[in-house]
This record gives sequence, C-alpha cells and structure tokens, in this order.
Amino acid sequence: MTVLRFTNEHEWISFDNGTATVGITDYAAHQLGDIVFIELPEIGKSLAKGGQAAVVESVKAASEVYSPASGSVTAINQAIADQPGQVNDSPEGDGWFYKMSLSAPGELSGLMDKDAYEAYLKTLDH
Amino acid sequence: MSPNTFTGNRALVIEEPLIFEQGEPQRSGVDLPQAPEIADRLGGLERQGAIGLPGLAEPECVRHYTRLSQKNFGIDTGFYPLGSCTMKHNPRLNEKAARLPGFAGVHPLQPASTVQGALEAISLLGRWLMDLTGMPAIAMSPAAGAHGELCGLMAIRAAHEDRGDARQIVLVPESAHGTNPATATLCGYQVVSIPANEKGRVDLAALKAKLDNKVAALMLTNPNTCGLFESEILEIAAAVKAAGAYFYCDGANFNAIVGRVKVADLGIDAMHINLHKTFSTPHGGGGPGAGPVVLSERLKAYAPVPFVRAGENGLELVEHCLGDGEKSFGRMKGFHGQFGVMIRSLAYILSMGGNGLWQASSDAVLNANYLLARLSAELTPSFPEGPCMHEALFDDRFLKDTGVTTLDFAKAMIDEGFHPMTMYFPLVVHGALLMEPTETESKQTLDQYVETLLSLARKAKAGGAADDFKAAPRMTPRRRLDETRAARSPVLRWKP
Amino acid sequence: MRFLPLTDADRADMLKTIGAASVDDLFCDVPASARQKGPLPLALGLSEMEVERRLGSMASRNLAPGDVPCFLGAGAYRHHIPAAIDQLLLRGEFLTAYTPYQPEVSQGTLQYLFEFQTQVAMITGMEVANASLYDGATASAEAALMAARVTKRDKILLSGGLHPHYREVTATQARFTHLKVEALAPDPFGIEDLMGRIDSQTACVIVQLPGFFGHLKDYSALAKTCEAQGALLVVAVTEPVALGLIKPPGAMGADIVIGDGASLGVGLNFGGPGLGLMAVREKYVRQMPGRLIGETVDADGKRGWVLTLSTREQHIRREKATSNICTNSGLCALAFSMHMTFLGEAGFTNLAKLNHARAVQLAERLSALKGVKVLPGSFFNEFAVQLPKPATPVVEAMASRRILAGVPVSRFYPSWAEMENLMLIAATETVTDEDMDALIEGLQGVLS
Repeated sequence: MTVLRFTNEHEWISFDNGTATVGITDYAAHQLGDIVFIELPEIGKSLAKGGQAAVVESVKAASEVYSPASGSVTAINQAIADQPGQVNDSPEGDGWFYKMSLSAPGELSGLMDKDAYEAYLKTLDH
Repeated sequence: MSPNTFTGNRALVIEEPLIFEQGEPQRSGVDLPQAPEIADRLGGLERQGAIGLPGLAEPECVRHYTRLSQKNFGIDTGFYPLGSCTMKHNPRLNEKAARLPGFAGVHPLQPASTVQGALEAISLLGRWLMDLTGMPAIAMSPAAGAHGELCGLMAIRAAHEDRGDARQIVLVPESAHGTNPATATLCGYQVVSIPANEKGRVDLAALKAKLDNKVAALMLTNPNTCGLFESEILEIAAAVKAAGAYFYCDGANFNAIVGRVKVADLGIDAMHINLHKTFSTPHGGGGPGAGPVVLSERLKAYAPVPFVRAGENGLELVEHCLGDGEKSFGRMKGFHGQFGVMIRSLAYILSMGGNGLWQASSDAVLNANYLLARLSAELTPSFPEGPCMHEALFDDRFLKDTGVTTLDFAKAMIDEGFHPMTMYFPLVVHGALLMEPTETESKQTLDQYVETLLSLARKAKAGGAADDFKAAPRMTPRRRLDETRAARSPVLRWKP
Repeated sequence: MRFLPLTDADRADMLKTIGAASVDDLFCDVPASARQKGPLPLALGLSEMEVERRLGSMASRNLAPGDVPCFLGAGAYRHHIPAAIDQLLLRGEFLTAYTPYQPEVSQGTLQYLFEFQTQVAMITGMEVANASLYDGATASAEAALMAARVTKRDKILLSGGLHPHYREVTATQARFTHLKVEALAPDPFGIEDLMGRIDSQTACVIVQLPGFFGHLKDYSALAKTCEAQGALLVVAVTEPVALGLIKPPGAMGADIVIGDGASLGVGLNFGGPGLGLMAVREKYVRQMPGRLIGETVDADGKRGWVLTLSTREQHIRREKATSNICTNSGLCALAFSMHMTFLGEAGFTNLAKLNHARAVQLAERLSALKGVKVLPGSFFNEFAVQLPKPATPVVEAMASRRILAGVPVSRFYPSWAEMENLMLIAATETVTDEDMDALIEGLQGVLS
C-alpha cells in the first residue's frame, strides 16, 4: 500500500515496499514557472530529514529541495536533469526527483496527507 | 505591426549580424607597421594555428557598432525611471575631463613625483566626499557599490578581530539589495534577515530582538529600497552600538539626501557611495562604477591600502600594510581604484558646487513625490501615508483581476517610448513597480510619463486588454525573448 | 544650474499637486538632529569653462607617458587605441544605458557582450567567458572562490610569478573566508616548484602567463598534475596582447583563465577602471561569477540575446550567490571588444609580433650596457633587469630626465632586500627607436 505525504516546503514523498520516491508538488512547479535547471543528489548520498537534497531553478528563481525524510539516495531521475521541463509537465508523476531508502520511516507520520496539504495551500496568500 | 521588408530591416533599425559572420581574416581596421624579423625569445611557446577572429576594415567596424547602438535605450534616448539605479543625465564635460592626456594616459606605477596631479585628484575627491557626509575617513579603492560593501564589512570584521571578538552574524533587512547578503557571505558571515514593518521600514522591535553579542554588523540601506527614509535610524544606530556591533549603511540611495542630511549624525560606521549614481558617471551598460566608502573614527585604521597621504615631497601612496597602513585589512583592488570614474565625479562636483548638489537632491525628491501624487490616481502606492524620498513605490493591486501583470505593464511602456521602472523589487511588496525619476527630468517629461501610465492603467482596468499587454512590446528591435530557452540549453558564445 | 530642468514655477506647481508647503516638508522623516545645518562646506558650482581650466591644470601636473619615452608595464601596458573606438564609446546609447535587464531595448549591449564573451574565449583558448569582472586582481580572488566551490576544497596555491596585486587581493579575500592561501616567494628567475606543493587539499594553483617577471612557461605538465590531484589550474593573463603570439592557456589545460583586458581599448587611466576577464571550461559555468549573455529567439522567432543563468547571481540567489558582483565593467568590455574587432586576426597577431620584436630589440641593447643584466629566459613584451644599484632611485633619476624607465620590483616587495636592484621593463608597439636611444643614454648617465 502506497503512502503519499507532503511537506510545508512543497515536496511530496511516496512510500511503498521500503522505497520512497521524492519530488516537488504541482503547486511548487507552478510557482517556479518554467524550470530550466535541476541539480540532483548523488546516488548513495545520505540525507537528513529537512536537509538540502536538490536544487531547482527557473529563469528568475532558485530554490532548494529539502528531503522529506532521512535515508540514502538509491536512484535519481536523470531524465529531468536532461529535460527539466518534465517537472512542469508532470511534477507528481514522471517529474520525480530521486528515490531513497528510509532510515526512519516513522518520520513520515509527521507530514501532511493529501487533504491536509490541500487545506494548507488554501491558507497561503495566493 | 510594421510591414515585412525584403531585408528584415526597418528603416533606421538595421539587422546586424555578429562580427564573426562578417569580414575576412586578412582584413583589418588598424594599420600597424609590419613586425621586423627577429630571433624570437618565446622559448618555443608560439601559438599554433589561427585564433579564428574575423577581420573588418574601419568603415565596417564603425557601422557595426553604430547599428548596435541603435538597438539600445539610454538616458540620452529617453526617460529611464529605473528605480534604485539613478539614471540621471551624464554630463559630457565629465567625459572630456577624464580624457585629458594627463589623466587618461597616466600609468599607475609612475614615480609619485610625476603623478602629483592624479594623487591630488584622488585626495580632493576623498576630501569632498568626507565633507558631504561629515565622516572622518574614506577608502577610495572599491570598484563599485557591492565592492564598497565588501570593503566596509572587511573593515568591520578586522576591527572585531583586532579586539579578539569573533562575531559571526550580519543582520540584513529583507528589503535589501541582493548584494548585501551576498557581500556578508563573501566576508565569511552568516546572514540573518530582519522583517519590515507595515510602514516599509525596519521593524525596530524585531531588530532589537536579534541583536546580541554574536552580531557583527547591521547592513541597512538608507533611504531604503522602498524609497523611504528610515525614520527610526537614530534608535537603530543606538541599539546596534549598544550591542557592540557596527552599523553599515548601504549608500546606493545617497543621491536623495546629499546636502540635506549629515550622514555622520546618523550614527553609522561605514557607507559606500556609488559614484555612478549620485555623482553622475555613466553606467555604460553595466559599469565601470566606483564605490568609495566613508568610515567612522573606530574603523578608520582598518581601511584598505592603497591610500594617499601628504609626505615630505608632496602627495604619496601608502601601498602596503606597514607604517600608517599597519592595521589596514589589506588590498582589495589592483592599483589605486577607479581613477577614471573619480575624475568624472570631480568634474560633476565642481560643476554643481555645494548649492547645486543641494538643489539636485531636493529636485530628485520633489520629482519622485510628484510621480507618487499623480500616479496614485490609478496605480496603487505601497506606502501612501507620507512622502517618499527619491523614488516612488507601487505594487500590483491596481492590476488585480485584469490578467495584466507588472511585467506586461512595463513592457507596454516600452512601446510608448519609456524605459520600464524596476519591477518585482523590492521583494517586500507584491509585483513591485519602483520608479526613480531623478532630478534631471523636466516637468514636461514627467507629465507625459504620468499621462501615459494613467492611460495604460485605465486600459488594463477596463478589461479585455490582457492579450494586448502580453504582446508588448511590438515596435522594438526584438520582441519578448525566450529566456527559458536561453537557460535550458545555454549558448554563451558564437562557434564556427 | 545647467543639469537641472525644473524652474521655480515648476517647483511651486509640483508642491501644490503633492500638497506640501515646501521641499523641506518632504524630508520630514529625517531626524532633526541629522539634518544638514547651513550651507555645505563646498564652493559654488562652476561653469564648464571654469571646470575645464581647474581640471586641466591638475592634469598638467602629471607626466603623461604619451609625451615621453615610457617603458612601464607590471600589469598595465600602454598601447595605441584606434581613434574610432573612443568616438563610438561616446555614443549615448552605449554610454548611458544600464545593465541590459530589458532585452527588447538592450540588444546593442547584449550583442556586443556576446561578441566579447566569444572573443575572450577564443584568445584564451577556453570554452566560455563571462561578461567581465572589475579587474584582474579581483578576478583572481573570484577564481580562488570558484575553485573552492568546484572542488569543495580550501587550499589556494599562489605562484611567485603571479602579479603581487593579484596575490594580495586573493589573500585579503581568503582572510575573511575559509580559504587558506599559500603564497610562494616572488620568483624572478622562474624556478619555483609548484607541482611538489599540490596535494589532495589543493583547490587551485594560480599562475601567470606571461609571468610577472616576464617568463613564458608551458603549464601543460602542471595542468596534468592538477588534474591528477583533483585541483584546478588557474592561469592569469595581465597582458592579453601576448595571446596573439603565444600558446593560449586553454591549450595547456587551464581550467580557469583570468586576467585584465585594459591593454586593449581601455587605456591606462592611472590603473582604473580595469577590465576583469574570466573564461572557464563549460562544465564549470554554473559556478562562475559575473553576468553571462546567452543566445535565444524572440516572440517572432528572430535571433536575439538575453542575460542568462542569472540564478548564480546576487539579485536572485542573495547569500547563496556565486559572488556579490553587480556593476561590472560593461563599457570597458565594449572598448576591449571594439579594439579586438578593429584589429581582427591579422591585426591582433601582428600587434603581438610587434610588441615582442620591440622587447627583443630592447633586451639586446640593454644587455650591452655595462652593469645591467637582463634576467635569463623567455619573455613577451616585458622582462626583468638587474641593475648595479637600487632600482627606485634610478627610476626617479630617469623620471627627472623625463624618461619613464621601468617599474622597481621593490615597489611591490619592499621587505625583500634581494629585489632591491630589480626593475621590470616593457616595450610595446608605442616605443620608438628614439625612445630606446633615450633610455640607453639616460641609463648610462644615471648608472655611471
């Protein structure tokens, strides 16, 4: 059974059978506009929850992607590094950033589920 | 839209290829004697093969650059109300003075006895900048505003270290120019942001809450980037001093207060002055500038080398951290600073005099308040409660639900013959439009600008015009450019 | 006041519109205690004629190298600048434009900067160049910071053949960051061992070509050692005219080339403004400081240029930017680019040959002078000579004969006694046979 969770910083993480996939939300991709550059973590890198995992840039903005959970990187989506526009096209699908093995799956319980995240978006001033 | 032409040219606007797409290698626009045959001393390090540069004769070169110039908007072309950039008239006397062979032709490493006039020029400009601010010391070598910031922070850090006080934090308001936090990092500091209050000023209570013995300095722009004077600046200065920190003032907007405010009485320790803003030297498409820094008594000893002092045989340069320069934090620029820019400023200050400088800041503030008053009829001023200083700030509330963005609005101004204002800065208001008219614009120009903006605002608000705005500009040498494409697959040079 | 268009009637009118009684009221936010009281301690404004007279007299107190034999170099070189360049630089659309943030009305600036980037990349033999930094010395500090970002290391090795101002500015920058600088002793004979000092902590080595003391060295082996150790090789060029004749740093395997372009188009100006150059391998471009121009198309599909990769810069990335630089040296880049365009391939290579030929002729004549020793080794248009007595008084005595003979090395290294008799001498295409005669004759007199 897949667990999908969201952060205040607009990352999503889906967890299924021991492996988690991380990306940025539709809202984040829309806010950034056309994404032109993505810096992904190295495979094997260990990430702490809330630590910087990736960088995503549009023409006029750059922002860090923070890891929603602790663990180590097991795969990266090279396709989005080559074609950053894929993240705009499908942020919560083909535009995933990296996969990781979680060292503390319990951390996910502190994140928002889909409904909570959507309620959170409504509180933002846009 | 203008009709298509066979050539793609449009009368005075002529398409111009890159120089690499013109000419032939053997052609040249310069006559030089043929190099004599000698036994070379290159030690076998000759270049192998051609560089690949094109060759153009003088008339081709002249035409190339003339055509390129015609695709540019300058202050000489029209009104250029770019906020925070002070696009005022650049007097041509400045250029003539800087080109005197006794200034332009002088080598930086001539013996001091042969450059007394040059040293006097640096020293005199420094003296005047100290007089204008009331500050006791000055560093003349910084190359631009951001370099001046670095100079100020390096002096501050050197002063703290001299006392064995290793402070780590620099406070920067969220409305600051990006150079402030970038400079603090470059000086090895951590940046902590402080919020603005609803009046567009630093939140004094929030500032005080963050001031402690880890804070090395506050960097504050005054007048600030919202075009407002920091009315609680004396309280800010006192709080910073009480915490054992230094007060760095970003003087990018000094042009608003020259002759009206005695900077020394604001309690600051260091402030850079952009000669290319306040003192009318040209921006030249992005430089060169100059950023001399005035310093307080407690930072004076740490100023960078070189500096000019009076010696036994006239003026001389102190170029090393020895003797008078013992506590200097070191050198931050090759040779002696932006001398050519300094001469232009000297010519300007001589032309204006104390009376003229006072009138200039008065007119700059008057012009900005005039824009603020008249444009408020249709645009939404961000801080309508009181007067502004040299620039007027609006936000995009007046465009709400029109489908027109700040960017679209600005691009429509281009077709009307105006350079856009600064957009989306400062970040503390939404969709910012920051306008700085400067003192060198006539009331007629301002009136025409106001009428144009009011009409554009009415057009946007009337509805149904979004597509029209988004198609602007239409009459420029190029229309909106695809910046996403440029960034996704960068082409940063011509290749054969 | 000739720069201020408002009349008193305008001012009164405008105050009425604003609803203020006086301009003083507009300054109401300024604390009373900080207001300027009384007139400024400056004289009244002067007419054009008076300003010209005043500054003209100041300028005339300088000895202009154009009027006398001049052999000064050491990082600033006198070259002939074609007359058309200055005329074109003064076109108001270039002179009075800001940074090209609005590309639709800045294609002129953007195109010349794109051409400039290409020219710099071509002559240095590198893949890409930026649109300029302040000067060569600050470019050196920026290169050190950039190398530290790329390698995630902090040790910076500075050659003794690197210009002392470049060394000092880099060391100043290092003092305030995590960088650690190891500066080798000044190296007038070109014999230092850099390779033995590169280790797994070295972020970069900064060398110069031609060296500060004139030497031409092939850094290809050094580049290989750097690569093997994971360090970057930074090559500084203070005299870009040399690149018309010698093997470019890019062909030696340099990772970053920095330098000062003031030799071309900009002129001396007592040393400022300079023109900071930086060219790098394409793979490092996102770690490069400074503005970059890129090619794209407009809404009609026509080719045009824009500022690009701006997320590296301070106005977007703030404290995480690659540098704090904003205003750079745009107009100097235009002057440089124009000079390169006017010269073209044939003119540029011939200019370089002329410079070298003049220097070789001068070295031969100086070698024949009793007591004067030209330091051994290769050179381009500048070399070091050992005098039989301290160089500073010799240079001053020559100046009193209205000859600018050279630069005493002790001006840069005052505490190094062994440098006391060393002088740098440069000969560019501006040096005539008569100038050389005057130098030789003068030195004979001063040294006897």
